[in-house]
Amino acid sequence: MANTRGAAVKYDGVQKSYDGETLVVKNLNLDIPPGEFLTMLGPSGSGKTTCLMMLAGFEPATHGEIFLNDRPINNVPPHKRGIGMVFQNYALFPHMTVAENLAFPLQVRGVGKADQREKVQRALEMVELGAFGNRRPAQLSGGQQQRVAVARALVFDPELVLMDEPLGALDKQLREQMQYEIKHIHENLGVTVVYVTHDQTEALTMSDRVAVFNDGIIQQLSTPDDLYEEPQNSFVAQFIGENNKLNGKVIEVQGGECLVELDDGSQLKADRVNVSAVGDRTTLSLRPERVEFDTNTSMDNLVNGRIEELIYLGDHIRVRMNVAGNNEFIVKVRNRGEKRKLNVGETVQVGWALNDCKALDAVV
Amino acid sequence: MSDTTAGQVLTTKDGKPLKAALARALRREKLRSLALIAPLLIFVLLTFVAPIVDMLFRSVENGIVEETLPRTVAALRVWDPESAQVPDEAVFAALYGDLAVAVEEKKHTRLGSRLNYEESGISSLFRKTGRRVNRMDEAGPFKEQFLDADDKWGEVATWQVLRQFSPRYTDGYFLNAFDAQRTADGIQMKPEDERIYMLLFGRTLFLSIVITVSCLLLGYPIAFLLAALPLRSSNLLMILVLLPFWTSLLVRTSAWKVLLQQQGVINDFLVWTGLISDASRLVMINNQTGTIIAMTHILLPFMILPLYSVMKTISPTYVRAAKSLGANDWTAFWRVYFPQSVPGIGAGAVLVFILSIGYYITPELVGGTSGIFISNRIAYHISSSLNWGLAAALGTLLLVAVMVLFVVYDKIVGIDNVKLG
Repeated sequence: MANTRGAAVKYDGVQKSYDGETLVVKNLNLDIPPGEFLTMLGPSGSGKTTCLMMLAGFEPATHGEIFLNDRPINNVPPHKRGIGMVFQNYALFPHMTVAENLAFPLQVRGVGKADQREKVQRALEMVELGAFGNRRPAQLSGGQQQRVAVARALVFDPELVLMDEPLGALDKQLREQMQYEIKHIHENLGVTVVYVTHDQTEALTMSDRVAVFNDGIIQQLSTPDDLYEEPQNSFVAQFIGENNKLNGKVIEVQGGECLVELDDGSQLKADRVNVSAVGDRTTLSLRPERVEFDTNTSMDNLVNGRIEELIYLGDHIRVRMNVAGNNEFIVKVRNRGEKRKLNVGETVQVGWALNDCKALDAVV
Repeated sequence: MSDTTAGQVLTTKDGKPLKAALARALRREKLRSLALIAPLLIFVLLTFVAPIVDMLFRSVENGIVEETLPRTVAALRVWDPESAQVPDEAVFAALYGDLAVAVEEKKHTRLGSRLNYEESGISSLFRKTGRRVNRMDEAGPFKEQFLDADDKWGEVATWQVLRQFSPRYTDGYFLNAFDAQRTADGIQMKPEDERIYMLLFGRTLFLSIVITVSCLLLGYPIAFLLAALPLRSSNLLMILVLLPFWTSLLVRTSAWKVLLQQQGVINDFLVWTGLISDASRLVMINNQTGTIIAMTHILLPFMILPLYSVMKTISPTYVRAAKSLGANDWTAFWRVYFPQSVPGIGAGAVLVFILSIGYYITPELVGGTSGIFISNRIAYHISSSLNWGLAAALGTLLLVAVMVLFVVYDKIVGIDNVKLG
């Protein structure tokens, strides 16, 4: 498998409807450069799998065009697209051995017997299953089946590999291990990977870029760290990682910053991301680990809150507080072994930097 | 395990063997499940197993000769059938004694018809002699009086038959079922023009295979469609598949008569369209064609249902996976879908084949003479010729044939590969 680079994919104004009444995918425009690992992340029903199936050729696009290496593929049947695919439940052919499964794509392409054997063996060794060629899929563990499925999708040297929630059926530990393995395979081969998942950890771990889907629309398309640090709207802030919400109204706008008056009257400074003008309702988004108990006056925002609950989690302590009328306000305190003692019922001051507090579109 | 090896035996805390304790703990449960199946078990034993065993037994059972003519059978033991001599006076005397009793009990005609299966003419011999026995001189000599009653008593062949079929058990019915007979030169095939059963067995097997294959060819696409369609439409289609089950078998078979006969709907239509001339109307009924068409129609659901239940379990992602790997529609079907549907084919084929091999009513109605099955012949011997022994022998052969085919099938396809759902 000597792919030096993968294929480029382009969705151009793609729409999809199953019943002619509702759009499952609304005007999708997406450019995937060669060799990228792109993840489509979103809750179920958000349209991410439909996008993948349109690319694979199993669902026709209702409108718009999909390009593979600048070639429109709307009218190319799936078997001529040359796209490798890993399915949710692996879809290993139960009546064939592992080696026969891997040889299948080579056989239908008319690859010679000797070549087949060599490629199958190389693919099996790539996923560290060199000795398992003669087993049936049913005789393998879930993790092994998963590797075979990956190997089968790669054995015929596709430039593009699609993965539809391939790790969903594995237990947590195996899933984490497979995340790294798939990531490394991608790095070694340089193929383009489009990966669909609803698991944000998976998306953040593996991807070059993540497209967050909701309601048939890409809510945000950015690198994993941007997605976490710079959410573009409330949905992304909620969906990726843990998040504190504070609802209020914009009372002053100053360049990239704004002043927000919360519903209880307290005023906070925030990074202006998704609000347009004074008077707009907004939801402030704040990551729990960015809130400090060791406050000082140089901090942009300082508020008092009552400690409602303490949860000891070993490496950190979760503190549930009532801040500005929101009693689901979570603060994560690193466990540094310090003597500082927090007590339930105590009212303490907490503070955070303006940049960590994002003013986003209001959620009800 | 005995107590002497208690060292190795696992025991419960109070020292009793673990196995015994387990058996005791499970005994109640076993008794309960036995009680639950008991009514059905007894019903099946009485109404199914027992009659079949009795019927199979009749294929070799031959007590009637010895029961009716006990003294004659005993006297005949010393007679040498190869001697070409009619037995001596002692045998005739025994025959007189036996016949007198048999005539009194009116059992001699039954014996006559039993032996008539083996040698025609014996039935009338016994009836004729039976009328004369009372008038015979009790003092003898009997040989002349019997010869006087009927010349057949002077033929060696008559006595050979009597001797041959005097044991309590006989292979005569089975020989007959194989179109064979026992002659002076040992077991031989019957003359060509008297052979019928092997031909019927062959035809039954052949037609059953043809019916199974046509059921498969017609049923596979339907089952495929049923499994692929969304639930709402597939339910409707399923009702259509099951519809024949709600109609009487006789009605459906008669409907085929209406359709297929020479003045029937199909022929009329073909003549009307000009595809065939009025003089050359197709003969589609009262022959093998009629049997094949009607039985394929009747047995089709038994092919579709197992196929459907297996196909429903084949996830559509397999075909998708095959296509994503580069297989075109046909390759994806043939290499990936079809092999996974083989268990359904196996189940459907076995079901249809076994049902059709013993089918009776449809061949009887639409088969004419060239389209009838072995079961029709069995029914004839049961209800018309009353040769139950032969019917039992034919039935046993049919049963054995099915079992042999089943074992062969198991060897080739593997019975584990048969799935009904």
